[in-house]
Amino acid sequence: MDIKDIIKPENLVYQKTSLMTDKPLSYCPGCGHGTAHRILMEVIEEMGIQSETIGVAPVGCSVLAYDFMNVDMVGASHGRAPAVATGIKRCWPEKFVYTYQGDGDLAAIGTAETIHAANRGENITIIFINNGIYGMTGGQMAPTTLPGMKTSTSPYGRDLKSMGNPLKMTELLAQLPGTCYVTRQSVHSPRNVRRAKKAIRAAFESQKENKGLSLVEIVSNCNSGWKMEPVASNEWMVDNMFPFYPLGDIKVDGKLVNNQ
Amino acid sequence: MAKMKGAIVVDLEKCKGCEVCRVACPNDVIAMTNEVNHKGYHYAYQEHQDACVGCANCAVVCPDGVITVYKVKLSD
Repeated sequence: MDIKDIIKPENLVYQKTSLMTDKPLSYCPGCGHGTAHRILMEVIEEMGIQSETIGVAPVGCSVLAYDFMNVDMVGASHGRAPAVATGIKRCWPEKFVYTYQGDGDLAAIGTAETIHAANRGENITIIFINNGIYGMTGGQMAPTTLPGMKTSTSPYGRDLKSMGNPLKMTELLAQLPGTCYVTRQSVHSPRNVRRAKKAIRAAFESQKENKGLSLVEIVSNCNSGWKMEPVASNEWMVDNMFPFYPLGDIKVDGKLVNNQ
Repeated sequence: MAKMKGAIVVDLEKCKGCEVCRVACPNDVIAMTNEVNHKGYHYAYQEHQDACVGCANCAVVCPDGVITVYKVKLSD
């Protein structure tokens, strides 16, 4: 059978969701942001809540997310997305509100907003992209940078004595009674992408049932910041990031799993 | 078991040549071109046309969502 006989509309099995705009993504080649954007939009499409969803994207690589996601978006100051999302959700409790934040945003400058939004049990969903680095500004050290990891501001590797320990924000937030669903996923392989999509779906479902704050951390690569090729950066992530940031559910239905 | 046959269509101008799809493909269907697109990237294409089973793994991991997948069931 010729390839032209296969490429027909009736044989279509997968195409980019219409909730992603046709604008080319501004991310580096191989960056996990694009995949995370797409599965988030696929979940919103499957739930049929495009017109009822409001996203908040603060500063970071994903600051231009409003150009790519075809839902209503609000730009927030650096780190303040959970505060802005709180306001939107309290004015409009029937809408779905999510924030899309990086690790420099959520774990550094926005720590207070994130922790207090979680502690108040705001009924929002946080998508947290963790690549252990400030990708947008040139690969500086973030709170989530691994011990010994080289960045542009820790060129000899992160020294725990002078630079402190990496911050596991997701485990920290799971301890708070206001959070309902907390999980850590990744998007580097087809299996992990499908799992991450299920996790985002579960997070939005728990928001629908007013159960409290849901957080999906996505451990991602930053090949430009890590100075690697995309495939090599994914392999480095599996070897180095996952032992420190293990994948899986941390809190389901308000109960901690695996005694974390 | 019925055999599946698939085909992919790559948006050449949006592909950034990251090769994540090439690694994700179980049948090594995808290769990168020697030519470059307008952005200067070596884009992905379906090199082995008969080997594709339309599993959509490449499209699922593509960060830029440039891959569209088609599939037919062969009646034999």
